[in-house]
Amino acid sequence: MEDTITALATPPGEGGIAVIRLSGPESLQIAGRIFVNGKKERMVQFRDRYFNYGYILDHNKNLVDEVLLVYMKAPRTYTKEEVVEIHCHGGMIPVRKILDLLLKEGARLAQPGEFTKRAFLNGRIDLAQAEGVMDLISSKTEHAARASLQQMEGFLSKEIKAIRDDMLDVLARIEVTIDYPEEDIESLVEHEIRKRLCAARDKCKNLLESAHQGRLIREGIKTVIIGKPNVGKSSLLNALVRENRAIVTDIPGTTRDVIEEYVNIKGILVRILDTAGIRETRDLVEKIGVEKSREMTQDADLILFILDASQPLGKEDMEILQLLKDKQVLILLNKSDQPHVIDEEDIRSLTDSTILKTSMVDGTGLDQVENFIYNMVYSGRVEQKNPVMITNNRHKEALIRAERHLGEALEAMDASMPLDMVTIDIRNVWEALGEITGESLTENLIDRIFMEFCLGK
Amino acid sequence: MEFQAGKYDIIVTGAGHAGCEAALAAARMGMNTLVVALNLDAVALMACNPAIGGTSKGHLVREVDALGGEMGINIDKSFIQIRMLNTGKGPAVHSLRAQADKKKYQAEMKFTLENQKNLTLCQGEVEEIRTSGGRVCGVKLATGEVYSCRSVIVASGVYLKSRIIIGEYSVDSGPNGLFPANRLSENLKDLGFRLQRFKTGTPARVNKKSLDFSKMIIQPGDPRVYPFSFLNKPIEREQVPCWLTYTNERTHQIIRENLHRSPMYSGVIEGIGARYCPSIEDKVVRFHEKMSHQIFIEPEGLHTNEMYVQGMSSSLPVDVQIAAYRTIPGMEQVEIMRPAYAIEYDCIDSTQLKLSLESRNIEGLFLAGQINGSSGYEEAAAQGIIAGINAVQYIRQEEPLILDRSDAYIGVLIDDLVTKGTPEPYRMMTSRAEYRLLLRQDNADMRLTEKGYRIGLVEEERYQKLCTKQETIQRELEKLRNAVIPPSEWVNEYLEDKGSSPLKSGIQLYDLLKRPEISFSDIIKLGETTEQIQPEIQVQLEIHAKYDGYIQKQLKQVEQFKKMEKLKIPRDLDYSNITGLKTESMQKLQKMQPENIGQASRISGVSPADISVLMVYLEKRRREKRSNEA
Ligand SMILES: Nc1nc2c(ncn2[C@@H]2O[C@H](COP(=O)(O)OP(=O)(O)OP(=O)(O)O)[C@@H](O)[C@H]2O)c(=O)[nH]1
Ligand SMILES: [Mg+2]
Repeated sequence: MEDTITALATPPGEGGIAVIRLSGPESLQIAGRIFVNGKKERMVQFRDRYFNYGYILDHNKNLVDEVLLVYMKAPRTYTKEEVVEIHCHGGMIPVRKILDLLLKEGARLAQPGEFTKRAFLNGRIDLAQAEGVMDLISSKTEHAARASLQQMEGFLSKEIKAIRDDMLDVLARIEVTIDYPEEDIESLVEHEIRKRLCAARDKCKNLLESAHQGRLIREGIKTVIIGKPNVGKSSLLNALVRENRAIVTDIPGTTRDVIEEYVNIKGILVRILDTAGIRETRDLVEKIGVEKSREMTQDADLILFILDASQPLGKEDMEILQLLKDKQVLILLNKSDQPHVIDEEDIRSLTDSTILKTSMVDGTGLDQVENFIYNMVYSGRVEQKNPVMITNNRHKEALIRAERHLGEALEAMDASMPLDMVTIDIRNVWEALGEITGESLTENLIDRIFMEFCLGK
Repeated sequence: MEFQAGKYDIIVTGAGHAGCEAALAAARMGMNTLVVALNLDAVALMACNPAIGGTSKGHLVREVDALGGEMGINIDKSFIQIRMLNTGKGPAVHSLRAQADKKKYQAEMKFTLENQKNLTLCQGEVEEIRTSGGRVCGVKLATGEVYSCRSVIVASGVYLKSRIIIGEYSVDSGPNGLFPANRLSENLKDLGFRLQRFKTGTPARVNKKSLDFSKMIIQPGDPRVYPFSFLNKPIEREQVPCWLTYTNERTHQIIRENLHRSPMYSGVIEGIGARYCPSIEDKVVRFHEKMSHQIFIEPEGLHTNEMYVQGMSSSLPVDVQIAAYRTIPGMEQVEIMRPAYAIEYDCIDSTQLKLSLESRNIEGLFLAGQINGSSGYEEAAAQGIIAGINAVQYIRQEEPLILDRSDAYIGVLIDDLVTKGTPEPYRMMTSRAEYRLLLRQDNADMRLTEKGYRIGLVEEERYQKLCTKQETIQRELEKLRNAVIPPSEWVNEYLEDKGSSPLKSGIQLYDLLKRPEISFSDIIKLGETTEQIQPEIQVQLEIHAKYDGYIQKQLKQVEQFKKMEKLKIPRDLDYSNITGLKTESMQKLQKMQPENIGQASRISGVSPADISVLMVYLEKRRREKRSNEA
């Protein structure tokens, strides 16, 4: 039995409407689990080839998007399988969310050209028609890869190529002493290898960071506001959104659920989440507060941690600071219009994060918050004017793997593994980075060995 | 005049390193086998260096031995020096290398052939391979004998239309003044083979009495001798040293001044030489910044004063050779007994073979060794044994033995030759093997002996030895895992002495062995219960404990690799029917007829996109077939 696949069927970008397609035996069941009709009721029956108006809801019954859903019964479909199409709004955010939900419900992300491949395999289109498909598949693997490499304005590809070249050189130098132990070839000393592996790893890290920045530009910065009750979280959200989106009162615990809003800050899409305050209950104070913060900030790109400067620091404030140590955090000393109790220096000793004084009453520091967000995206080395989704993801995945293999190589060296073992990891690095160009290692390596060294009888 | 001279199952042409293994394998598997060699004095001739093994080549010898071949046993009988190379590196790249007594090596091999049941050895020149209906049916010798047979293995080495070149002088000749085989080339062309011309060379042999060893550095053998063959126990033998010396600026100057007299540079030689086997003139030209090159002086045997001058291969005229050799420390008075020469010869385009080493065009015709574009004795022997086995399988109408890249260096070698072809004489290297850590020389028996046993080449004794070895390893591993050593003053003192951290609580011996600074001999000293274990078992236990992480990594890679190898492509698939393939790829695939998707993906020029197209096509075909059957 075939599995059910899904993918965005329209070109990715900021078009008005996007179509997400599902194909496979489970298509309708999967889509049916996240779709409700105009009256927000679940549907049991879908008519064949009929537009259904309704909404997509996430697992917490939150509205994701307003959509049209079409069910097409097998076999009179493009793939000859059960097909569902969801027409939603064209931005990357709804599309991604809906795809995520479908994947969670059991669909699998289709490979490039897979719908057409199924159409072909199921006899829906003949070989002549399939020619177009094959072009598509080839374009994904070869030309597209090369073309988008060029589109990356040469930066990423050049960097990757440089790392690969260096790894190839390290490999050749290790390999030559293995295959020609009796030749008088100067072997690479361990600390030199280590140095080059570290440098390569740093480069991968930097590149990943830039990929991350590219994503931030496209998909928005997930920003979570946290802090104790009544410190001014909702006030901050309202100030950034420039309208009264969240209810503000002086009663601690006003905000119950998470409120989510999108704002445009200096041309950058920011997705802000206002949360319920982290409350002190009598016993389990720290535990609950800290746990909750951990959960909420898990995949945040930026955390705005608000403290009420007119109140003393709580114990769990310190705990949370500790917890957020490795994250991108901006600390706001709010209510700066009031007499200070917290000394900025006290906090500075606990964290490396930027600290700003703000007041939601007189607007102090709001500009600085906006500048901080802008700089976070644009301070990096890259400004990707034309990022291509697929290539980007591929690069990213390859880089993540390369970085991991580099880490493994360094670990192995620390554990005094022989160098010929470490080459296994270095080969992996080279191959991970080379998947885009499809070059074969062995031949390159052999060529390099003979180019550089004088060997033989 | 032709005459019917007899009938055999299998005929092997050539009795070099490939031919000997092929013939022995065939005869041992019960086939009536005839070996026709140009000159019976040249059986198993080591035409170039007097050594067997070395990095990756040592692996090949072990693999041939594990399958039931002869090379390992034969070098064990005839070595005069032996060394394990790369012992400072990981176990995957340890390699055995032996200096052979060339004459003894030849005599022992010839005698083994002569005494082998089912095997006939005769001198002659095969000039024609006869076929009927696209299938091999016999051979004809230049002297008129016609033998009928069911399969032929061509292992003609470098003798096809070979030509020797020394400076301005050249002559049609095989190595060492032996006759060339001029007729078989034409016949192979008629049979549809594409021929190419390769070139190799050998340095001069010099008289030991004319050398001053006091100016050279001695290179002795290892004090402890591991044999090549898994059948042999450690061997006690007195060893003969090699000597190391260096070229210098004067040597290089003489060569540079005489380059115009070198046939390589004047264009007389058309054959393609190997990058790893450059002549001294190549080295001087290509690596002009290098002030000196290493020269190893190696003995050719116990009963000769001829010495091989490794590093001084050349095709320069003899007067230049003499002048250049005499600039080298210790060689000031050198007396050249046989000058260095270059040799050109015909070989086939190896992509015309199947992975079984059978020709794609003619059933029952197998080719092995340098005729396939490889170089080296070990590479030849490895192909020889596989060709021998598969000729037998062909006659038995059984599946051929195909080792893949994760099974053996032999698999890497044959896959490279058959799938990629080779633009220069092909030499094995450990860096060609992707799964090197699994393909060690110490476990060749555990990888291959069972396979050899199942097809009937490995005899009972060898197989039982393997079984015992494997059981012992399992048992001892168990013991190491169960034995816990508690911390004690004595133990911790011992560990600290070894630069290892002391124990805080009890630890399994197995985990202790994982520490890089702890060897098995330490375990024996620390774990009082561990009784004396054979060294070859110790090696296995140590590798198991120390490198398991990496072994697991490689096993995962192999799993990925095997997935693609398992996707078989039907025989005689018509690729011109497949829409979507690039024209160039379509032509290549059509010509190569890869046996599986993995092999198809390794053909140069075939892109991942072509592979997707091919996979889609095969899947569709499979479904159609299934629905037709239903
Ligand atoms: N003086 C002063 N008051 C402020 C400032 N920011 C917020 N407040 C007041 O503090 C009170 C709480 O503000 P909220 O924004 O509701 O605080 P919150 O953190 O969202 O509170 P919960 O949702 O209850 O956790 C309100 O009365 C605000 O007007 C500030 O900068 N200065
Ligand atoms: Mg609030």
